[in-house]
Amino acid sequence: MDIIINISGALCLFIGSFLCISGAIGILRFPDFYTRMHAVGVTDTLGAGMILIGLMFYSPDFLTFSKLVMILLLTLLIGPTTSHVLAKAAMKNGLMPELAKTDHDKNKDKEINSSNS
Amino acid sequence: MKLHTISLFLTLSAFWLLNSAHNTLLILLLGLAAIALVLVITHKMDVVDQESQPLYLTPKIFSYYLWLIKKIIQANIIVVTHIWLGSKSISPTLRWIKISPKTDMGKVIYANSITLTPGTVAIDLVDDKILVHALLQKDIESLLAGEMDRRVSLLEH
Repeated sequence: MDIIINISGALCLFIGSFLCISGAIGILRFPDFYTRMHAVGVTDTLGAGMILIGLMFYSPDFLTFSKLVMILLLTLLIGPTTSHVLAKAAMKNGLMPELAKTDHDKNKDKEINSSNS
Repeated sequence: MKLHTISLFLTLSAFWLLNSAHNTLLILLLGLAAIALVLVITHKMDVVDQESQPLYLTPKIFSYYLWLIKKIIQANIIVVTHIWLGSKSISPTLRWIKISPKTDMGKVIYANSITLTPGTVAIDLVDDKILVHALLQKDIESLLAGEMDRRVSLLEH
């Protein structure tokens, strides 16, 4: 029984750390503010969640367990609120996101290129 | 109103007991006094109502949470894949989406669920339209398909 708890706890912690690192790499790799915010979304939902669940496996008594549950619920409530506030503030201050080119834009590009050549 | 006060009292007591873990009489009485003070203040502020204690959600919210957790895990896998694939593979999109929940609570749940799912962020909410920024175009399309919309609307009554 002890071995099962140890292994599942370690597995959860490992997955959580991997997701947090992925989030950090996403912040470095993505091109603009809004896309970077999506990378942070990984860290503060499943990244933090898996680490906390992993710690729950190791908690010695019910009190520690319940405190970890409270932290998990708080992170899940605070995460989206802060990212929404950040996004709204950025939008209000006129930072426009870099958008993907739709098919329409691509056709326009082609026309420009062909008229140039 | 009475029901909401009782539920607030129970929530506060559970929160206090789990956080303190002391069970001598003096400390317990002090905790009770603190909870009573909070109850009085919240009543004076007139915030103990449907909005702060949405009890009518209780029967349906758990199945919604299970569904949302499943969605969050799927979205996490997709976003992590695109992080490792690099910024060439993403197609950021900004779009206004019409929503059907009518009550404030429904709108808040919907907007928060959108933001909680990695890959989509709700930026603004005006009347019955919501401005969503998504990492991938197909995230927006799945929101437009409206499964989340339907499930949140079911929560409302």
